[in-house]
Amino acid sequence: MSESLRYIQAVNAALTWALDSRSDTVYFGEDVALPGGPFGATKGLHKRFGSERIFDTPISETGFLGMALGAAMTGLRPIAEIMYADFTFVAMDQIVNQIANIRYSSAGRWKAPLVIRMQQGYSPGACAQHSQSIEAYLAHTPGLRVALPSTPDDAYQMLRTAVVSDDPVVVAEARMLYPTRGPVRTDAPVEPVGGARVVRDGRDATVVAWSRMVPAALAAADELAAEGIETEVIDLRWLNPLDFETVGASISRTGRLVVAHEANLTGGFGAEIAARAASECFTDLRAPVARVAAPDVPMPAAPALQKAVVPEAAHVVEAVRRTVNR
Amino acid sequence: MGLPDDYRAMARIRRFEERLTALKDAGEIPGSIHLCNGQEAIPVGAARTLRDGDYVTATYRGHGWALARGVDMAGLFAEMMGRDSAVNGGRAASPYLSDPGRWFVGENSIVGAGVPIATGAALTAQRTGSGAVSVVSIGDGAMNQGNVHEALNMAAVLDLPLVLVVENNVYSEMSRIEDMVRVRQLAERAAGYGIPGRVVDGNDPDAVAEAVGEAVTRAREGSGPSIVEAMTERLVGHYSGDAQHYRPAGEVAAAREREPLARIRAAADADLAARLDVIDAEVAAEVEAAIAAARAVPYPDPATVKEYVYV
Repeated sequence: MSESLRYIQAVNAALTWALDSRSDTVYFGEDVALPGGPFGATKGLHKRFGSERIFDTPISETGFLGMALGAAMTGLRPIAEIMYADFTFVAMDQIVNQIANIRYSSAGRWKAPLVIRMQQGYSPGACAQHSQSIEAYLAHTPGLRVALPSTPDDAYQMLRTAVVSDDPVVVAEARMLYPTRGPVRTDAPVEPVGGARVVRDGRDATVVAWSRMVPAALAAADELAAEGIETEVIDLRWLNPLDFETVGASISRTGRLVVAHEANLTGGFGAEIAARAASECFTDLRAPVARVAAPDVPMPAAPALQKAVVPEAAHVVEAVRRTVNR
Repeated sequence: MGLPDDYRAMARIRRFEERLTALKDAGEIPGSIHLCNGQEAIPVGAARTLRDGDYVTATYRGHGWALARGVDMAGLFAEMMGRDSAVNGGRAASPYLSDPGRWFVGENSIVGAGVPIATGAALTAQRTGSGAVSVVSIGDGAMNQGNVHEALNMAAVLDLPLVLVVENNVYSEMSRIEDMVRVRQLAERAAGYGIPGRVVDGNDPDAVAEAVGEAVTRAREGSGPSIVEAMTERLVGHYSGDAQHYRPAGEVAAAREREPLARIRAAADADLAARLDVIDAEVAAEVEAAIAAARAVPYPDPATVKEYVYV
C-alpha cells in the first residue's frame, strides 16, 4: 500500500508508527507536544498519545539530549528533536562525547538506542544560524549513524529504521523538501540501516548526492540528457554506514564522478567521497572528481546573496559537463 | 548499618585509592587518576539510602561511588591497569568507567555532563514506574556548567526522581570555588529551580545519609529533584601529579584532622580502636587480593579495538 504524502507528513506518519507500535518510545524537544512542532512534524501526536509519550522540554538542547542518552541507556527508546540543526552546536558534548562514546567505552555493556531528529539547510531569508548543513560534523564521529532522507518515502522509511536501530541515529531532514509530495509505502517492512540507491541510470557520469541535492541532481540529469549526456544519480541516503560499494560500482561503469552537497566545500562529506574514489577507483576514473558545494562562507540571509552561494541543479549540470568534456 | 560498616566501606575506598596511587607510581596504571581521598563519607552515606535498581552517576572522581555501589574491586583495578576487565574491557579506565550490572551509569570526564544523563535515567524510572531514583554526584566546580543548569531545571519541571549531590571540596579543580561563585553555599541555587536544597557535613556519613535519604524519599514519592551540598575537603590534588602549589600551607594537614576516617579514629575508645584495626587489616587483605586478581586479567587483544562501536 502506498499513500501520497508530503515529506513532512511522512515524518509525522513515521513518528505515529513509532509511538503506536513501540511502547518504549518517547518523544521530546522544544514545542513538539502541544504546539505540534514549528513545521507540523508532530501535529496531532500529543492528542493521540498524551504527555506520557510526547512532551515539551525547556530550551535546553544539552539537557534534553543528555536526558535522551540516560533514558536510552536505562531502557527507553527516546526520539529527541533539535528544532534547527544549527542548534546542535550548543549540545555537541552530549552527541560527540557522550552519546557516540558510551557503547564503545563500556565495551558494549551499555547501548544508546536513540534518535536525534533535526532539519537543516537554507531557506530564503534564514540567517547563518538557521541555514547550515551540518552532516559532516556528525559523520566524522564514530558511534553515530547519520541519515539524510531526500524523498517522502525515505523520510518515512529511514526514520522508522532509526527508531528500531539499537545505535544512536541522527536523522537530518531537509526543510526545503518538506512541501514535496510523493508515494510513501506505509506498509513496507522496516528496512535495515544503510544503503545508497541508484535513482537514475546513466553511462557517462556518476553524480553522488544526498538530501536536497538529490532532486537537484535529477533535474540536472534531465537537462544533460537533452544534450546527450547520460548521468547516473546516486542518492547516498546514509553517510554512516557509508555504502561506497554502490558508488564504486557506478564509477566503474561511468568513469566520472561528481559529488554534490549543499554544505560548504572544505571538509564537507564530498571530500570523503572524493578521497575514497581516488584511493579505491583510481584506475576507473577518466577525469578528475568534481565537487558541487556552497563556497566557504557563512550563509547570508538576503535571497540575492543566497543565490550566489547555494548549489542548485545548474551547478551540477556545469560540473558534469566539465567532467565529461575532459 | 552502623559505624563499623561505614568505617569499612570508607576504608575500602581509601585503601583502594592509596594502592592505586602506588601502582601508578610503579608504572602499573597509565593515564591520569583523580582521587576522592577525604570525600569517602559522601558515597558511603548516600549509598546507604539506595536500593538495587537505583541509578548512580558520578564524575571522574567517582571511584568511591563505584565501590560504594558494589562494583567489583578487582575489576576496577584491572580496568585502571588497562586490562581487559569485566568492567569496561580497558576502554574506559579511571575517569569514565561504568557498570550496568550495578546500575552505575558511570563516571564522566566532562564536567557536569553526567547530570543530563542522570536526568534521563530518572525519566526512565518515572515513565516505567519502576520506583527507582537517580542519584548524580558532581563537584562544586560543576555547578558553573550550563549542562547542570539545564538538567536541573528540566528535572524540576518534569518532577523527575533525581537527587543531585554536590561534593563541595572547596576547589573547582585548582581554583577556589569562592572565587568562582557569588553565593555562600551552592545549595542556595536550588531556589532558582524551585526545588529543595540542603547543606550537610560531607565528612559525616550519618549526616549525608540523613540528607540524601530525605531527598531520595521525596524523589521516590514523585515530588521531584533535590540538591544536597556535602561540604568536604580533598586530601590530595585535583589529579595525580598535582603539586597543589595553590593550596595554603597547613591546609591539607588540617583537613587530615577532619577527614571522615580520622574523625572516627579520634573518637574511638580502646575497644572500638581494636575493632577498627581488625577492619583495616581485613580491608588491606581484600585490596591486595583484588590487585592480585586484577594482575591475572590479560591485556585486551588489539584485534578487538574496532569492536563495540556499533551494535
